Amino acid sequence: MNKHQAPITLASLHTPVRHDSGPKHVAGAAEYIDDMVEPEGTVHAYLALSSRPHAEIVGIDFSLVNDYPGVLGVLTAEDIPGENDVSPSHKHDEPIFAQGEVHFWGQPLFAVVAETRDQARRAAHRALVTYRDLPFIADVRQAQAEGGKLVTEPLKLERGEVDAGLAAAPRRLKGSIRIGGQDHFYLEGQIAMAVPGEDEDVTVYSSTQHPSEVQLMVAQVLGIRQHAVTINVRRMGGGFGGKETQGNLFACVAALAAKKWNRTCKIRPDRDDDMTATGKRHDFVVDYDVGYDETGKIQAVDAVYAARAGFSSDLSGPVTDRALFHSDNTYWYPAVRVRSEPLYTNTVSNTAFRGFGGPQGILAAERWIEDIAYALGKDPLEIRRRNFYGTDTDNVTPYHQVVEDNIIHRLVDELEASSDYQARRAAIIDYNQGSSILRKGIALTPVKFGISFTATWYNQGGALIYVYKDGTVQLNHGGTEMGQGLYIKVAQVVADAFGIGLDSVKVMTTSTGKVANTSATAASSGTDLNAMAALDAARQIKERLVRHAAKLHKVSEAEVHWVQGGVQAGATYVPFGELAASAYLNRVHLSAAGFYETPKVHWDRATGRGRPFYYYSYGAAVSEVTIDTLTGEYTVDRVDILHDVGRSLNPAIDLGQVEGGFIQGMGWLTTEELVWDDKGQLRTKAPSTYKIPLASDVPPIFNVKLADWSSNREPTIGRSKAVGEPPFVLAISVVEALSMAVASVADYRLAPRLDTPLTPERILMGCERLKREARG
Amino acid sequence: MTAVSGAIRFILNGEDVSLTDVRPDMTLLDWLRLDRRLRGSKEGCAEGDCGACTVLVGRLSGDEIIYDSVTACIRFVGSLHGTHVVTIEHLRGEDGILHPVQQAMVDHHGSQCGFCTPGFVMSLYGLWMRDPQPSQAAIEKALQGNLCRCTGYAPIIRAAKAMGDYGQPAGDPLLAERIALTNGIKALADGRRVEIGEGENRIIVPASLDDFAAIYEANPTATIVNGSTDVGLWVTKFMRPIGPVIFINHLQELKRIAENDSEVRLYAGVSYSEALPVVTAHFPHMSELWNRIAGEQVRNMGTIGGNIANGSPIGDTPPPFIALGAKLHLRRGEHRREIKLEDYFLAYGKQDRQPGEFVESVTIPLLPAGEKFAVYKVSKRCEEDISALCGAFRVFVNDAGMVGMARIAFGGMAATPKRAKAVEAALVGKPWNEATIENAVAAFAADYQPISDMRASADYRLLTAQNLLRRFYLETVGQAQRLRREVA
Repeated sequence: MNKHQAPITLASLHTPVRHDSGPKHVAGAAEYIDDMVEPEGTVHAYLALSSRPHAEIVGIDFSLVNDYPGVLGVLTAEDIPGENDVSPSHKHDEPIFAQGEVHFWGQPLFAVVAETRDQARRAAHRALVTYRDLPFIADVRQAQAEGGKLVTEPLKLERGEVDAGLAAAPRRLKGSIRIGGQDHFYLEGQIAMAVPGEDEDVTVYSSTQHPSEVQLMVAQVLGIRQHAVTINVRRMGGGFGGKETQGNLFACVAALAAKKWNRTCKIRPDRDDDMTATGKRHDFVVDYDVGYDETGKIQAVDAVYAARAGFSSDLSGPVTDRALFHSDNTYWYPAVRVRSEPLYTNTVSNTAFRGFGGPQGILAAERWIEDIAYALGKDPLEIRRRNFYGTDTDNVTPYHQVVEDNIIHRLVDELEASSDYQARRAAIIDYNQGSSILRKGIALTPVKFGISFTATWYNQGGALIYVYKDGTVQLNHGGTEMGQGLYIKVAQVVADAFGIGLDSVKVMTTSTGKVANTSATAASSGTDLNAMAALDAARQIKERLVRHAAKLHKVSEAEVHWVQGGVQAGATYVPFGELAASAYLNRVHLSAAGFYETPKVHWDRATGRGRPFYYYSYGAAVSEVTIDTLTGEYTVDRVDILHDVGRSLNPAIDLGQVEGGFIQGMGWLTTEELVWDDKGQLRTKAPSTYKIPLASDVPPIFNVKLADWSSNREPTIGRSKAVGEPPFVLAISVVEALSMAVASVADYRLAPRLDTPLTPERILMGCERLKREARG
Repeated sequence: MTAVSGAIRFILNGEDVSLTDVRPDMTLLDWLRLDRRLRGSKEGCAEGDCGACTVLVGRLSGDEIIYDSVTACIRFVGSLHGTHVVTIEHLRGEDGILHPVQQAMVDHHGSQCGFCTPGFVMSLYGLWMRDPQPSQAAIEKALQGNLCRCTGYAPIIRAAKAMGDYGQPAGDPLLAERIALTNGIKALADGRRVEIGEGENRIIVPASLDDFAAIYEANPTATIVNGSTDVGLWVTKFMRPIGPVIFINHLQELKRIAENDSEVRLYAGVSYSEALPVVTAHFPHMSELWNRIAGEQVRNMGTIGGNIANGSPIGDTPPPFIALGAKLHLRRGEHRREIKLEDYFLAYGKQDRQPGEFVESVTIPLLPAGEKFAVYKVSKRCEEDISALCGAFRVFVNDAGMVGMARIAFGGMAATPKRAKAVEAALVGKPWNEATIENAVAAFAADYQPISDMRASADYRLLTAQNLLRRFYLETVGQAQRLRREVA
């Protein structure tokens, strides 16, 4: 057996085990960084932020800051011994503290360090900053109009004869859609606590999805080497991509202060500052030109995905790449050309967020499908089906990867039947004819989501397992826990491998001191990578234990079998604890480092060809809504979901990801609106103004099922599939259902072409526009 | 001379607390987390919106302790005198056994990242105490003030539906303790004024309403803190100095509700939650609005008096109260005066309230027979959101089908809550029919020039205000088509 090849069935896996921290969560006993007991003498840092979107910094007067009680001093760019940069793209375009010029409202200028957080926070607001205002770029359209400066290299994906295909198509449509951004609104904001050590050493507790990158950044900023820096993260209070790179700056500031004053330093912005100073999901404007025939079959697609990157590159390159990778969703385009524009704007630098551009890519694809349906007067589901990838033919993506594992036909057929889609749609059309003010809509949308980092080198995982003499296990791996249940899933894999109970496996705080050079816990890949690495480590220890047991009990290795609770060595049953104890006495190594590299993936960005994804995850959702055409308010009345997680390692955890992902996606597309004022300041920067879904926004009928027949055709851990991001995209069905309800006011003759988020205002104004257009 | 005590005294979980040195702007959350190192309650927003800091505050009502869920982030320690504060740390037994509400959450996978979870558990505990087998509607209402970003709420709702199966309030491990604590709480309400601190650090907890009136007259620059749902944010978000502070949320005389055949009088300290039964009884149309004001924790703290007194253009009680012809009772020392509520709002940030004067009560006339009344709130998110606009309509249509009287008031359409007098004029004396309505909607532009902000555009506000008048008309002629969330 290839060492990377997992067994297809694992005895106690695939069960709905509870989250390992559940009992601590409910008791308030789960420790987050702000809950840790601070070492004596801990000081606190607080950031001062710019109040201009683009300006020259003429001067900063710190006298009122330094006078404030408890203040130890300020940190500015001059206090940085290494590089004043935390750019994850290594383009050196993201200073910790602005120097000379500020590029967005909320850019950090300096930090104040004081005895208490309250003192640091109050003092930070006392600096007198003099600016000379410069013109600023507020959004995508302005950026395009003013030269289209990009923060990083754009991408083009192309296959087939696009211009000829468009020209030859019997029908053609052009349009554009504005897709709003989204704040992560992790409940635990950004935070870091740095503890200085001897020599150059520093240990940072950081709420980050990417400890190894924080380690690199801290070393770079302090001008020291990486082995002096240790990053620890036990758990985050939510991440969603918002802590993939955005924790870097906070960790670095804490480390700078810790080393400068030789005192532990903690930094935690308030919610307004967190939302102002850290990046969000990219908003996009997508312009498209689509050729199709009378049956709704697409012949060619040409589209430009323009994104608000913000003032620096951050992850905007790979995010806009992933948008293009998902511009096909589940659809075969005989000819296609899609291009990205990661545009410079004077707003916070946008970043990773669950789906990483994929949802925006798919939303645009669903928009042209919808446009075709309205142009032809057909149910959009019919147009979707007509354009689905084939299983054996018509299965090449715009990036020339062959879709080998297509199950969308079966998923959609099953969901259409189980949700009674056709009958409900007919009933809704009837209802709308007799209802003047309330209108309903229903839509079924599919999703196909590519799994793997498109940066191929990230597709590796590491683990370190210790077996102690009493048969208990410490499990270390490179993944971080942000609520998604990674720790329990990997623990299940290891417990299963050793045949021991979950209570014998302790998942340790993720630390760069235990597992080096880890990848971000991102791209839905946490379990795929880290569970396989842990299994590799367990396998090594198991092989040694088998050799040992065979020797001890004088049987062949083939006669040693793993059974529940230990091994059977010939006629002798040896409990795991006894086995470990005797192995120790016989000098058997009971620790192992494991490693995994995802096979098959490769990607050549220059040619736009390769296999960036190991496999695809699929899903489909049906949403039904009612709108009020007097106010634009609406309710989401029913949602049915059928989602593919392969063979689930933990159906309870996976169900939670699907439900939670859907609702988070629904928030993105409905009530979560980012509004900047005409001065360039974000005005929706706290829960009072930025509205994520509530319990009362959950559809009253919410039928969520995992496709229990699915199994990953690739030999992933337990034949499971990634689950973090794909279900987020299912919420597009809410947009399409709302579109149908709006379209009803013009008798479905006009494509509603609504921009997102679909606030009540956009619904009402959409209804008014369609009524006007219908009147001619 | 009123007797004075020099300590804020309350019970934290099982422990007596007596504070003689605490700043008036010290929030309960900071005090728990920083002073007491009880770090189960989390700070998610520090503005009372996310609920991660939810704790229960028990206060004496008659002979028993009533527990309200509150957001500790905007509740001040100075407002806790004579209460029992219960935090998440108190729920799990000393033997490590989880409380029934906690066990239900664990078993139903109700936590993912876990950061919001202590707040959810406390809100659900408050619900379970009075309704252990809640309906989905009751669960949603109890959780309006709790945000979760991971689970999509579905498993939390499942846990809430099941929590009664894990235990009943009569078997609450904390019940025996509460009975024992009742006498302790009673002893704290000893009729003395509490005063601690000097100058800007001064805290005054008056002994009575008269005591408060005298203190405020003598200290007109002091900040009055009742529910702290607004003043709390002055501190946590804007870092404004608020001292000296007079805390009045405990004054029973300000919690009075007086009813007779013609009017309801709500004293200024009545919380939204306390007012709900009387509002529902007399103004059924207002109950939907009422349940959409903020979340449960804020409705438990926030008061009618505060909502009016702070003069916000987007407070939700002034529009319906103005439409109903409410009168405001102001008091300074022993001097009292009465004005029309609509006259209280002079301009943005400016009200007809003199130094040392406070809102003592508001009187709302009951709706005379035959009059039609409705109030509508429109917001980006249905619940726990600030109104984009809020409109209240009241008309009398005589036997001849003519409009005899019309009073319409809006919030969110101007710098203050404001009547739509041009629209009213376009209705009065006209037949109550669609043609009159279509003619009258044009007058909205004369009454209001709303602004565009993060909640809505000016165009949307104006169009929706017009449509709300259309909706009101349709409702009066039996064509109510309203969105309804249908839950079990």
